[in-house]
Amino acid sequence: MRRLARETAARRRVPPALRPGPPARVLPLVPALFLLLAFFAGPVLWTVWASFTDAALTGAAAARTEFVGLRNFERLLTDPDVLNATVLTAVFLIGSGVVGQTVLGLALALLMQGRRGWVRGAVGGVVVGAWVLPEVVAGFVWAAFLEREGTLNLLLQAVGAAPQSWLTSLPILAVVLANVWKGTAFSMMAYSAALAEVPGDLKEAARVDGAGTLRVVWHVVLPLLRRTIAATLLLVTLQTVQVFTLIFVMTGGGPGGRSTTLPLLMYQEALGFGDIGYGTAVGLALLVVAGLFSAVYLRTLRPEEVR
Amino acid sequence: MRRIPAALALLLVAVPAAAGCEGSGRDPGTVKVVYQDFGAFRAADLLFQRVKEEFEAANEGVTVELHPIEAPPEDYQTQVNLMNQSPADAPDIIYEDSFTINQDVDAGYLHPLDEYWSEWEDAELYNEQADAAVTALDGGRYGVMLGTDTRGLWYNARLFEEAGVDVPWRPEDWEAVLDTARDLDGELGDEVTPLSVYAGTPAGEVSSMQGFQMLLSGTGDVLFDEEEQKWVTGTQGFVDSLEFIGTVYGEDLALDQRDALNANVATLNNDERIPAGEVAISLDGSWATQSWIESGNQPWPEWEEEMAFAPMPTQEGQDPGATSMSGGWTLAMGAHTADPDLAWRVMAHALSRENALEFAVEGAQIPVRSDVAESEEYRERSPIVPEAVELVDVTHFRPAYSDYPRISLAIQEATEQVVLGEATPEEAAAAYDAEVAEIVGPDAVTGG
Repeated sequence: MRRLARETAARRRVPPALRPGPPARVLPLVPALFLLLAFFAGPVLWTVWASFTDAALTGAAAARTEFVGLRNFERLLTDPDVLNATVLTAVFLIGSGVVGQTVLGLALALLMQGRRGWVRGAVGGVVVGAWVLPEVVAGFVWAAFLEREGTLNLLLQAVGAAPQSWLTSLPILAVVLANVWKGTAFSMMAYSAALAEVPGDLKEAARVDGAGTLRVVWHVVLPLLRRTIAATLLLVTLQTVQVFTLIFVMTGGGPGGRSTTLPLLMYQEALGFGDIGYGTAVGLALLVVAGLFSAVYLRTLRPEEVR
Repeated sequence: MRRIPAALALLLVAVPAAAGCEGSGRDPGTVKVVYQDFGAFRAADLLFQRVKEEFEAANEGVTVELHPIEAPPEDYQTQVNLMNQSPADAPDIIYEDSFTINQDVDAGYLHPLDEYWSEWEDAELYNEQADAAVTALDGGRYGVMLGTDTRGLWYNARLFEEAGVDVPWRPEDWEAVLDTARDLDGELGDEVTPLSVYAGTPAGEVSSMQGFQMLLSGTGDVLFDEEEQKWVTGTQGFVDSLEFIGTVYGEDLALDQRDALNANVATLNNDERIPAGEVAISLDGSWATQSWIESGNQPWPEWEEEMAFAPMPTQEGQDPGATSMSGGWTLAMGAHTADPDLAWRVMAHALSRENALEFAVEGAQIPVRSDVAESEEYRERSPIVPEAVELVDVTHFRPAYSDYPRISLAIQEATEQVVLGEATPEEAAAAYDAEVAEIVGPDAVTGG
């Protein structure tokens, strides 16, 4: 009894307020939480709010911003520029993100498997070099390469082909190529890492069963990479739909809106025309496009065990 | 557990309050000046560098803080508007396009200048036209004009003589302009572009104002009916203006499509192609000389012998025979300025006779102060040709309404379609008409 009493007394010596209860444990998180709320949730909520108003950079609406209900969204659905930009965004995403970066990145990763160190180093160095370049520099390099008196046309002329004005005749293809060049390294690195995890004995077993290299890749390697592919596609998609700088530097969205993807349209509406309300509505449309693509991947590439 | 919401609430209150302090605590001894410093236009930078040095030397404790913005006009306006949205960042003095004054007054960004103006002894030196450009719809004065400009046909007299075309050149109507361009094309070969007319979306407002509207204003038709307060569509003048552009590009009299559809086409023309003798006629602003004079990017002292200026004729040579478009830049005062009296003193210093004279010379502007325009000194040093100054009598202004930027883009798109051969002038004009109705609403449109 006495011992028990002594223990209780000892426990009592620590005042309850100093005992690390839940509030004290959460308190150190408050600054981080505040930063997240202020600089992440805040702007997102503000964007949603702004898309229901006539917020503007100048003019009477800048002084007295009013709630306009769904007007911006009604306009969004009937605006031919939005339709055009949505199609171009999808083309840009599928062309450069899905087909270009993912297929090329995976192919590079497969080809680099088991090569000599210097080959891997050289190829990896070149591809990652493009990834490291700031977007403005990459855009400028590609604009200079594709320009009328640019490197590509000089090369074409050297072999007797007629020069083309790449940036004006098919601008969306030009920016797709540039984005593939710039972004392939990311998926290549992701796939290289995943390939290293594929157990060698599985491949060996398939080979013993008489499968050629392509069949091994198709039936053994790719199914094992399923999750990596899903995750990489998702990340690449989210990165690709928001590409702005590269396109802005190369074509400015032109000529005649033929490379105006949703981010460029958003910029043009919000900052070019000063119509922030409508620009933020376009921004939300962009979110929908990215969300749709993400949902498709998540469904089709769901690992089998979950099905 | 109650402590977390309390702590959060404290932070939420404290941080904006701290930010708010910054807003109200603008340093009253500092005058923040924002201006454009872009391409061939260096005059504003030279002006305010001078003002800063002189004003700070004469007024101890005052800082003139310069914020040059290196961006084309549209982006410059965006950046200034963004600064104006935050009282803490808003400039005290704005180098402002007279064209945007109405919008910015509506937005509450500008400080009225009437009380300073009525007491300023130099005010009487400004002509009425310059007053009208800075008076908002509410009747108040919100800016002081620094200089104005006109537009017309710059031509290379040396190339004209080579091609056997008589100089001085005075085309009487559009057909005469085209005929001369065709003659030049035949004589001078592929190296020389006979006639540069800006068109397409990449060049932005340059295409709309120096290109299309220089044509439309010579047809007798307008973009906006001031009496009815409606935008005008379906006019023959609009189609004819596009037809002119279509002819110039279709017959290869203009720059190659690829060179014309370049955001920097105007800078490249004035800094490179014209001094190199690659462009024979260029429909451009009276300020083109700012590239060639000593303070320019590409000093070209021979310009005075080689380049001459002809007014742009009206379509059929109808009265008054020539046409022009004008704009003008002003100094305006920010609404959030901490010390309006001080800001006005800096402004008045920048507007003084000496500074206005230097600005007119360096920026190749047509001065609005009569004591500068009429001075012997200006006439001697002026990079502006007298033919361009005379156009002030026949010039036109853009409709300064908030829908204009979108209308202008629709114009640029129409010209681009014609340049690329994607639409006939009639089709492009019809697309423009539909676009205008879309932008301003069918009630704000009137048929031609």
